[in-house]
Amino acid sequence: MFLGLLFGLGFGWFVFPQLLYSEVTQPIPFNHKVHVEDAGMSCEDCHRFRDDGSYAGFPTTEDCAQCHAVATGGETPGEKAIDKFVTEYVDTGKEVVWQTYQYQPDNVYFTHSAHQHLECAQCHPDLGKSETTPVLYRNKITGYSKDTMKMWQCERCHAENGVSNACHVCHK
Amino acid sequence: MAGNASHFKIRWGMAIDLDKCTGCGACVVSCQVENNNAPSMDGDDKLRTVNWLKVYRLENGKTFPDADVAYLPRPCMQCGNPSCVPVCPVVATDKNEEGGIVSQVYPRCIGCRYCMAACPYHSRVFNWFDPVWPKGMEKTLTPFTSTRPRGVVEKCHFCHHRWNMAKEKARKDGLDPMSLPEDAYIPACAEVCPTGALVFGDLNNHDHQVYKLAHSPYARRLLERLGGDPQVYYVSRREWVWKQLDNYLPGEDPAHGTKAKGGAHG
Repeated sequence: MFLGLLFGLGFGWFVFPQLLYSEVTQPIPFNHKVHVEDAGMSCEDCHRFRDDGSYAGFPTTEDCAQCHAVATGGETPGEKAIDKFVTEYVDTGKEVVWQTYQYQPDNVYFTHSAHQHLECAQCHPDLGKSETTPVLYRNKITGYSKDTMKMWQCERCHAENGVSNACHVCHK
Repeated sequence: MAGNASHFKIRWGMAIDLDKCTGCGACVVSCQVENNNAPSMDGDDKLRTVNWLKVYRLENGKTFPDADVAYLPRPCMQCGNPSCVPVCPVVATDKNEEGGIVSQVYPRCIGCRYCMAACPYHSRVFNWFDPVWPKGMEKTLTPFTSTRPRGVVEKCHFCHHRWNMAKEKARKDGLDPMSLPEDAYIPACAEVCPTGALVFGDLNNHDHQVYKLAHSPYARRLLERLGGDPQVYYVSRREWVWKQLDNYLPGEDPAHGTKAKGGAHG
């Protein structure tokens, strides 16, 4: 009986969570550190607001191709990643399907413009100094990312800062 | 909380000129497209079609040459004292956000339809079927309003997403998002109206056109005497039209306007 309990707990704590989430990697390995420290770029160069105040999120293939228009032919992992991007996306004119770690469902309205006074890393993984991109754990049942902010987290921060928690503030 | 809209700094409202409305239905179509109302499987079945905004035809009941007709577009009235809100057992609908728009959250709605029974304007509609976009028509879907499944109630929200977008633009331009310039935010129906019959703005802002129209001697509200305190005003210079907007006792004169005395509910 004790063995059964151990088995059950082991399944619930260690096996099931692994079964529940699929691991998704970014289509192109991306090195933030090189871009920020070596190329001297700022976060807003790629993650910027459009003129209408909406948030562009990820850069377009065209944005990246301003620097990476031609394959390098190199052998390092970084050069291989660049070449993959150039041949598969720039040459074919396709957009990279970057994966969002905090992707919210359709009925949620979130605007970056009202949250500009917060630090990015308060909600997002701090990738600015990272050389790799983390694995995205996607719930196989709900389709949500493990890092998707929960409603209680949104509500708590709103409540603590005196911001309205009326339904239509965040739902559409 | 519900039942008292007076504490809102902004009260979004609409003034609809029934003498300008030609009944063309452009407002209905634009609303449907903007808010992802699925194409009707059977457009004849008016009890089961999903429209947030409907146009009603009013007739004065006389024969030629005295016959006269008016068309009445009916969005949600966004009542100051909404009868739909207190009856909701799961708080899927509320009027608690600045701006005074009555909200509806579809994933929370259990489809009991108390709100539909309570609303005197038939503003709310129930999804009898799962929404289906025939092949190719799914391209008309917008990211503005989430789609609704079968079994929930939905309603007009004055294209609330457009307010959000206007606030985003204001922040980008360094303006105060809570004091937008007039017409920075207007719903799809008001934007598309070819005769300018639908005027939208802040009923609390004395500079807005809608404030002036709402305070015109020709302005009436639909079933005003129920006490719902609607935020939609109807403007007409025709007395027979006023008579059809509310219930009057025999001999009562609608020309003197009505004074809301209700408010006992909610």
